Amino acid sequence: MLMAVILALAVGTYGFRLAGVVLRDRLDLPEPLRRLLPMAAAALLAALAGTAALTDSGAFAGVARPAGVAVGAILAWLKAPFIVVVVAAATTAALLRLLGIP
Amino acid sequence: MRTAERTLARDVGALGVAVAAVGASFGAIAVAAGLPAWAVVTMSVLVFAGGSQFMAVGLITVGNPFAAIFAGLLLNARHLPFGLAIADAIGQGWWRKLVGSHLLVDESVAFAMARPAGPSRQRAYWSTGVTLFVAWQIGTVLGILLGGSVGDTDALGLDAAFPAGMIALLLPSLRDRDTRHVALSGALVAVLATPFLPAGLPVLLALSGLLLAWRR
Repeated sequence: MLMAVILALAVGTYGFRLAGVVLRDRLDLPEPLRRLLPMAAAALLAALAGTAALTDSGAFAGVARPAGVAVGAILAWLKAPFIVVVVAAATTAALLRLLGIP
Repeated sequence: MRTAERTLARDVGALGVAVAAVGASFGAIAVAAGLPAWAVVTMSVLVFAGGSQFMAVGLITVGNPFAAIFAGLLLNARHLPFGLAIADAIGQGWWRKLVGSHLLVDESVAFAMARPAGPSRQRAYWSTGVTLFVAWQIGTVLGILLGGSVGDTDALGLDAAFPAGMIALLLPSLRDRDTRHVALSGALVAVLATPFLPAGLPVLLALSGLLLAWRR
């Protein structure tokens, strides 16, 4: 049973991945639609970042995580290197939690 | 190595360390929940999508295998539009498509999208995908072996690191006005919908932001 669950999840997930990649070649998309594809990816990534930054299991994520992400976002805006953004975000959130702020 | 490639290697390496840490927490949680080690490793290799794996383990543990499949797939449905958008980063040929598709995760998409189309984008996609796949497996095995002694990754602030990294990778695309409007309105819809809808659906709803660009 456990194996069946894992396989179903694996096959379905791989199916989603492969379907998008293969369909891109098979579908002869008109130019206006093709223009939208990178925007679709940007919208999904922005939504992932936004929901991961602000929510946890459907509720508000607290203070430490959004604050850490905000510090990272500001540094990214100031064109700081990626690694600085990521480390600063993690350090901010970790320090706030160390101080007892959730 | 050219500077851009060295920067890519460093950035992807840093992300790999973070992914391995989350993988370790997954491995530890999954065995603590009673899953046998072989099943945990199999899941990490074959599914390779962290969020859905955590969710599946949680739902399997409470005795709800069908929900584990359904909720996991809902969470992973975003991979289809991602695949449509970054197919060029994977390259041509069946082997590349078959292997490259499995390496499609949020971060490999984000790294690829941050590069201009062409060889540079392909390198970004493949190096991110391969590095994170290996890191996820190493992390999973470490978590299984170390069990309860794996700390909470939230204490390290990793839950803030991933969205911040995503934002950093996304910023260059947001210079384009249409893309900015689509992405920000999509993110707003997703955040507002999150308290009311099952996980995965709010992120898909972000595609409604495309309506702003469709009018033109």
